[in-house]
Amino acid sequence: MSLDAAAHHAQTAGLVLLFGCFVIAVIYALWPSNRQKFSQAARMPLEDDND
Amino acid sequence: MPEAAVVRWRADVIGIFFIIIVGALLAVMGAAHAIDGPFQAQMWTMLAALLLGGAALLHQVTKPPQQSDATRYENGVVKAGVIASMFWAVAGLLVGLIIALQLAFPNIFYFPDFGWLNFGRLRPLHTSAVIFAFGGNVLIATSFYVVQRTCRARLAGGLWPWFVFWGYQLFIVLAGTGYLMGITESREYAEPPWYTDIWLTIVWVAYLLVFLGTIWKRQEKHIYVANWFYLAFIVTIAMLHIVNNLAIPVDFAGSFSYSLFSGVQDALTQWWYGHNAVGFFLTAGFLAIMYYFVPKRAERPIYSYRLSIVHFWALIFLYIWAGPHHLHYTALPQWAQTLGMTFSIMLWMPSWGGMINGLMTLSGAWDKLRTDAVLRMLVVSVAFYGMSTFEGPMMSVRAVNSLSHYTDWTIGHVHSGALGWVGFVSFGALYCLAPWLWKRQRLYSMALVDWHFWIATIGIVLYITSMWVAGIMQGLMWRAYNEFGFLEYSFVETVQAMHPYYIIRAIGGGLYLTGALIMVYNLWRTARGDAPSFERATDVPAAGVLAAAE
Repeated sequence: MSLDAAAHHAQTAGLVLLFGCFVIAVIYALWPSNRQKFSQAARMPLEDDND
Repeated sequence: MPEAAVVRWRADVIGIFFIIIVGALLAVMGAAHAIDGPFQAQMWTMLAALLLGGAALLHQVTKPPQQSDATRYENGVVKAGVIASMFWAVAGLLVGLIIALQLAFPNIFYFPDFGWLNFGRLRPLHTSAVIFAFGGNVLIATSFYVVQRTCRARLAGGLWPWFVFWGYQLFIVLAGTGYLMGITESREYAEPPWYTDIWLTIVWVAYLLVFLGTIWKRQEKHIYVANWFYLAFIVTIAMLHIVNNLAIPVDFAGSFSYSLFSGVQDALTQWWYGHNAVGFFLTAGFLAIMYYFVPKRAERPIYSYRLSIVHFWALIFLYIWAGPHHLHYTALPQWAQTLGMTFSIMLWMPSWGGMINGLMTLSGAWDKLRTDAVLRMLVVSVAFYGMSTFEGPMMSVRAVNSLSHYTDWTIGHVHSGALGWVGFVSFGALYCLAPWLWKRQRLYSMALVDWHFWIATIGIVLYITSMWVAGIMQGLMWRAYNEFGFLEYSFVETVQAMHPYYIIRAIGGGLYLTGALIMVYNLWRTARGDAPSFERATDVPAAGVLAAAE
């Protein structure tokens, strides 16, 4: 395989992989059943203390 | 007492002793075979520091064990970090003021008899002191504090957190004294020589393992978003530091080394490192501070936790590609320059998403801005984050960069981020931490926080506006042609034109340093106990869990 072809495949695979990972992260963030967990997590700094 | 003399050989103690003994042996060999004087001085410094560390460790492990150690949070190393942060803030800002005065008044502040006071040696001392010494200590201290609270677990690794703390101070001292003696790798923000780089790698891996170990034994199921940002900062800095500093020493008993890369690959590696030092050290790390201390101080939950997750991953996926915008109009291929520019512009979205998330966390608590100068400092820092992350992508556009690059506009941009965002969010966190750590009900003086806030804010405004004007003027003068097609101005004419702005910049820097000194005084009085003192029940992790369960 030539360098150009190898670079082309690596770039395409990299684009698909990284974008795919990002899409998964966004789906995780917006998944409805996570709502409860995240609203609890948003309060986490407030609950480790009394004052 | 006989029982006090027993050394308790735990795994952490053995590991740290091993590093100290091997390091000390190598330092002695380095000093003995040194081919240049500065290298020899560095090796003696290293040896002295390691022997001091060994003695302190021996003292620590022969003390009778304290009772409730394992059940409590490790606050000592965080306190040490707060003190170190204050010290390095003053040192770094002071050196910054000195070099600002050298530029404004070269006739007065040029010392030909003292080569180590030359601008070329003091400038990396300033940048390293404020970024790595001050910023790094703030990040290590706050990360150690936040990861314990949000995981409800004591720091992992026994004495390893202390190794991280003191090892990092040794890195700073080695790097800083090396610059003054003329030792440099000539890579911006990565000037320390090869042996100092190796030492930092050891310290940083220990830091990563302490952080991961604490997350591993957490009692909270969910890993709080601030810890994600801290983890991204630690992991990415490890990667950047190792790759950018790959080098071959000319002699193992000398300070000089050659980079493994050459030509444009070298330049790209350097700015891949350089811009991600901004992205992951000065942004991701300090965003972790924002995501813990802003909700905490405002007593409001994060505006949108979902947005914080998207913010995190978008930042991670985009930042790493932005480096080539430092190399517009160079030998770097055009497509790579365009890639860097495109990703920089896309960074507007996560940056502003994060800023909105930080600011909107105050919904329902905006009135506190009027009364709480610490919260005001934190919020203004987030505003500066938004402003400098707007300016940065704009400057990464090739056409804008053709005017701004190599001018003082860049210096203005960097300082709106450094003084406004990084500095203020750090000061805000330190103002929060001091009363919490030293068990005081409140700061010694809120009035002094107000003074600090306003003096420093005026200082920032003077600094950045003068550098904007100076930079744009400088860029325009460089590109001005007369009617015959010759350059209109000689270089020295641009320098002369910038003189008044250099004076304004030095005044701004002086004000910012004054504010930091006020903070140091305030925090010192707070720690000393010149304010009501009490102990929170939730400083014990078990009680924290109970309180959360209620």
